[in-house]
Amino acid sequence: MVLYLCYKLIETSTSMPKTIFEKIWDNHIVYFKKEGSNDGPSLLYIDRHLLHEVTSPQAFDALRLNGRRVRRPDLTFATMDHNVPTSNRSLPIVDQISRTQIQALAQNCKEFGITLFDFNNPNQGIVHVIGPEMGITLPGTTIVCGDSHTSTHGALGALAFGIGTSEVEHVLATQCLWMYKPKTFAITITGKCKNQHAITAKDIILSIIKRIGTAGGTGTIIEYKGEMITDLSVEQRMTICNMSIEAGARAGLIVPDQKAFDYIRGRTYTPKGEQFEKMVDYWRENLITDTNAKFERDITLNVNDLVPQVSWGTNPSMVIDVTDTIPYPDDFANGNENERKAALRALEYMALKPATPITDVQIDRVFIGSCTNSRLEDLLEASLVVKGRKVSCKVRAMVVPGSQKVKIEAEKLGLDKVFKDAGFEWRESGCSMCLGMNSDILAPGERCASTSNRNFEGRQGSGGRTHLVSPVMAAAAAIEGHFVDVRKWL
Amino acid sequence: MEPFKVIKSKVTPLDISNVDTDQIIPKQFLKLIQRTGFGKYLFYDWRFDRDGNPKHKFVLNDPKYTGRQILLARDNFGSGSSREHAVWAIQDYGFKAIVAQSFADIFYINCFKVGLLPVSLSSEEIEYLFRNTDLDVEIDLFNQQVTIGTIITNFKIYEYRKKTLLQGLDEIDVTLQLESIIVEYEKKNKAIVPYTDKP
Repeated sequence: MVLYLCYKLIETSTSMPKTIFEKIWDNHIVYFKKEGSNDGPSLLYIDRHLLHEVTSPQAFDALRLNGRRVRRPDLTFATMDHNVPTSNRSLPIVDQISRTQIQALAQNCKEFGITLFDFNNPNQGIVHVIGPEMGITLPGTTIVCGDSHTSTHGALGALAFGIGTSEVEHVLATQCLWMYKPKTFAITITGKCKNQHAITAKDIILSIIKRIGTAGGTGTIIEYKGEMITDLSVEQRMTICNMSIEAGARAGLIVPDQKAFDYIRGRTYTPKGEQFEKMVDYWRENLITDTNAKFERDITLNVNDLVPQVSWGTNPSMVIDVTDTIPYPDDFANGNENERKAALRALEYMALKPATPITDVQIDRVFIGSCTNSRLEDLLEASLVVKGRKVSCKVRAMVVPGSQKVKIEAEKLGLDKVFKDAGFEWRESGCSMCLGMNSDILAPGERCASTSNRNFEGRQGSGGRTHLVSPVMAAAAAIEGHFVDVRKWL
Repeated sequence: MEPFKVIKSKVTPLDISNVDTDQIIPKQFLKLIQRTGFGKYLFYDWRFDRDGNPKHKFVLNDPKYTGRQILLARDNFGSGSSREHAVWAIQDYGFKAIVAQSFADIFYINCFKVGLLPVSLSSEEIEYLFRNTDLDVEIDLFNQQVTIGTIITNFKIYEYRKKTLLQGLDEIDVTLQLESIIVEYEKKNKAIVPYTDKP
């Protein structure tokens, strides 16, 4: 096995048209290996490393064990989000194991000099909400976190992806990561949604996953483009990029435009003044996909006839239109025996019968939150549905803002009152019932309309049944006690 | 990491597609802050009922499969959450390799970091294995070869990953030797866009 090494950035391909992903990739190559005549792994520089309490303790332990330091604590930021309670913050954390994990993060950050937005910090929140919110996320950067939904940050033109704990340790120690270059995948979204309040970014991404499957993007980085993407707000783009991982892709990316630059301007960690304007000039010129750039895969989705989406099964490709009925396994599987068995299993777990209209399905719980749908716009849109109405007496509904800042902004707009008056619980920020690591969980057999990203068996609590929907669909379901076509309300 | 050796075992068949990491290691076990001892929680909700009693229908509870070192799975194995606890659990349970039709990206990479070998085979080969779970299987990483009874097939793997497993390399040590090149990169990059400066 002969490896030969290049000590400098690859400069041979500067004349070839490139995608934004390829440009960011090339800009971050520290070192490059060949394997025979093929490309080997690249050592990529990581500009921003985000940490949370669940996937980092073992990485810090290994650093200590090997006497290693954190190479760039100044490029590393931590928060507590996965297992924190969303009830009153002034009370101690009752769950002792959660408390231990939270204390471990605090101790590790102190020992290694890492900025931490802890439990009581006004900047605390879901790591993928606070990164963009504080200007830690910048166009053209590489961002990693021990969390698969790191793909969210791609909405601002960053190359951002989830990593495991061993890679967290590697980035802590070296600020770099060995990677084989993923393939490129363009998803072009054309047309215009007929009702822009009722049909949301969530419905777009769910319909994409329905079409390409949960492994459709495996081995690729997805670039979302087209007129529909340009029309979306930055927060809506985050919802789309967030669920790239549910389509199997490690990252999703959108070329940053004026909306993106305006979004990040003036945030806590964003460069200021003339330096910022210089960076914007650089981004405008460099962070684009060249006209003739080639993608290894390319699909187009037209949203003219898109309607609100609801998941019925136990993976995020098991999705139907709100106007549809629960599918028969044979129809879902389309001749694939593995998929047919998966559908049978899903129907049994979800306690659903084929041919049932999805709007006949009664729910017990509603969760509005998660790194997919817990930002101010999400809460604002959901509040339009809720205002002046009451949550069904059969439903327990909660809103969990993505961050303390989102919570405060929402309260300034009076959204907390709208939700509380309707009978929703208004909680503190965190991942909460998206994965149920705190006490916000479904009881066995409970059925939930959730704005989160995964409907896996037991995801929101052992035996719980999750239906993925947009914030407005979740809000409407809370009111009626079953799924409804929210287009009739907005 | 222990250098990877040739594996000889029969397979434990898990006949389910799209197995996600929430099933491999449910969230309640992610609160632990050590790296070891996750094997007893592997596939917890599929393996045990709510009272903690084994579910007899689940493959890991069938005594026939006790001690087998190769987990046989279908397509898109390890999808979902990036939790490395999933590979820790599989390895701690006693598996040394996973043979499947395909793997999810993050899970696949996590396997190499702990010395667990993920092997992708064609759907026909996977079908054959599911039909013949009592055949002896040998996995030879150096020669990239799987022997199933009398059938021999090859699998693909990137050279660097293969080398990491075969030599049990500490990847951080490898990278730390490139420190001067990393410093050079930081200086050069700073001149273009100050991403490498303290924000």
